[in-house]
Formats: sequence, C-alpha cells, structure tokens
Amino acid sequence: MWRALEGRLGRELARDIALVCLADGIVGLSFGAITVGSGLPLWLPVLMSVVVFAGASQFLFVGIVAAGGNPVAAVAAGLLVNSRHLPFGFAVADLLSGSRSRWLAGSHVMIDESVAFALAQRGTGRSRSAFWACGLALFVCWNLGVLLGAFGGSAVTDTAAFGLDAAFPAVLLALVLPSLRERETCRAALAGAAIAVAASPFLAAGLPVLLGLLGMLALKRGRP
Amino acid sequence: MSALTLVVATVVLGVGTYGFRCAGPLLRSRVTLSAELERLMAAAAVVLLTALVATATLVQGHGFAGFARLGGVAVAGVLAWRRAPFVLVVIAAAATTAVLRLLGVP
Repeated sequence: MWRALEGRLGRELARDIALVCLADGIVGLSFGAITVGSGLPLWLPVLMSVVVFAGASQFLFVGIVAAGGNPVAAVAAGLLVNSRHLPFGFAVADLLSGSRSRWLAGSHVMIDESVAFALAQRGTGRSRSAFWACGLALFVCWNLGVLLGAFGGSAVTDTAAFGLDAAFPAVLLALVLPSLRERETCRAALAGAAIAVAASPFLAAGLPVLLGLLGMLALKRGRP
Repeated sequence: MSALTLVVATVVLGVGTYGFRCAGPLLRSRVTLSAELERLMAAAAVVLLTALVATATLVQGHGFAGFARLGGVAVAGVLAWRRAPFVLVVIAAAATTAVLRLLGVP
C-alpha cells in the first residue's frame, strides 16, 4: 500500500503525510488515555473519534464532561470549535466532486490537516490526491492511537513534554506558508490572525478563529 | 452522567460536525461558482488556517500558551520560510519546544 501511495503522491508528500499521521497518532494516544484516566468509560474516546473525528473539539468535550459540566454545554462548545469546517467545506468542495458516495465520505475526513495539505498542492489532481491520502490516513492513525491509548492507559498522557503541542501549528504553518507568499492573501491572513488572537481572551474557543474570517475584508475587491 | 447521555451527546456532536463539513460539498454538487468566488473560498481557507496557527501557537484556554510553544513554532516558521523540508520543520518545532520546557521555560 505504501508503494502505491508513494507512486501516486511522490515520495516527499507521502513521507510528509506519514509524519503528520505519526504525530497525530500520538496525540490520539494521549486523548484515549486522558479520557479514560479522567474516569470516563473506555468506549467514549473510541466512539467519539470515529463519529466526530476532530481532535480539538474532542479534547474540549471530554474536558467539560469530566469536570462534571453540562453535556449540552460540552456539545455546544465542540460544535463551536468545529464550525470552521463549514468554510473549509466550500474551499475544498471541488476536490470532492464526482459521485455521491465520494463527497459523503470525503466530507467526514475533512480536517485542518487534509485541507491544508490540499491547499498546499499545485493542480486539482494533486490537491485531490493529497486531501484523500491525508484524510484517510489520519482517520486510521487517529483512531488507532485513541484505541491504543484508551486500552493501554497512561504511557503517553503528557504530550507537552514532547513538544507535540507545537507540532500542530507548525504543520499548518508549513503548509499554509506558500499561499502566504501572495501578498494580498498574506495581508488578509495576518489581519485574520491578529483578530483571532485579540479575541481569544474574551470569546469561547472556536469563535476567535471564525472571527478571523473578518481578515478577508483586507482583500481588495473587484480586482481583475 | 449516564452512558445514554454520553452516547447521545457524542452522536449530536458528530452529526453537527458532519453537517458543517458536508454543507459546502453538498451545495457544490448542485451549483457552480464563479472563478472569482472560488478564489475567495480558497483565500478564506488560508485566512482561517492562519488564524488557527496563531491561536494554536499563542493561546491556551483564554491565556498565553507560554514561550516554549511559541519558540518551537517560531523556529518552524523560519525554517519553513527558508523552504526547509517539511519533516525538518515539524520535528524542529517539537524538539525546540521540548528542550525549552526541559530547561524550565514555561
């Protein structure tokens, strides 16, 4: 399978995706272990990772529920964090066109990393391959990690010690940088980032990033 | 909290998230967008991802995430800007942050 993937994506891209899968697999391991360690049932992280498949919202949900919070509040917080998938969906919709089953399945593996990998490629064909390869591989690795973590216990609960919390933004930054070399997009992106960070102390998780879309106003309109 | 409550909450979160995810592709299978609008959609995704990079780097909860993480991502940013290989960028970020923490940087 690796050979086929390598042939299709090229060695470099296949390797890059594999690294992200490894890092996210370890984070998944910690998600499983932390959830079970906080007294929640074994099946919860496993079910959640298959059904929701969005790391940040899963951590948030479990954090609220484990602290004795209201489940409605936990769902609302998770949905807020995941709302960015709505604009993501419009950006990558083209890559999922084709048969009905294709966009039905493709939508579920739409996550930050698969969107970022797709946007970093030149040409629709390559973007499409990158999106699917990253999305499917991450789905497998994330769920495998969570499963192992839930059953294996507390071997990896402190991903901060490995600096893995820095790996996630680093992955996205590396993938988004080529797009930022275009000046106008860069200006909008920097404005959006500033807005999101400035709003973070005051708003619930998820909202600041969404608010960052206001950075789009920095784009010149009606330009040819 | 009962098991049933947890299952229902998980499924609602999953279905809601899937709703966000499939709205774009669903709409696109019915409507075609102008090239200009498509360009805007791609730019919007870049803006969102950049905002996500910024908050994931700087913010934990509602406060500052600490200098160790910021240091790691900054190293990654410089390396990526200089077109270093992706694998190096990501490993350097994690390693820098881990070493900074080992040295007692918050």
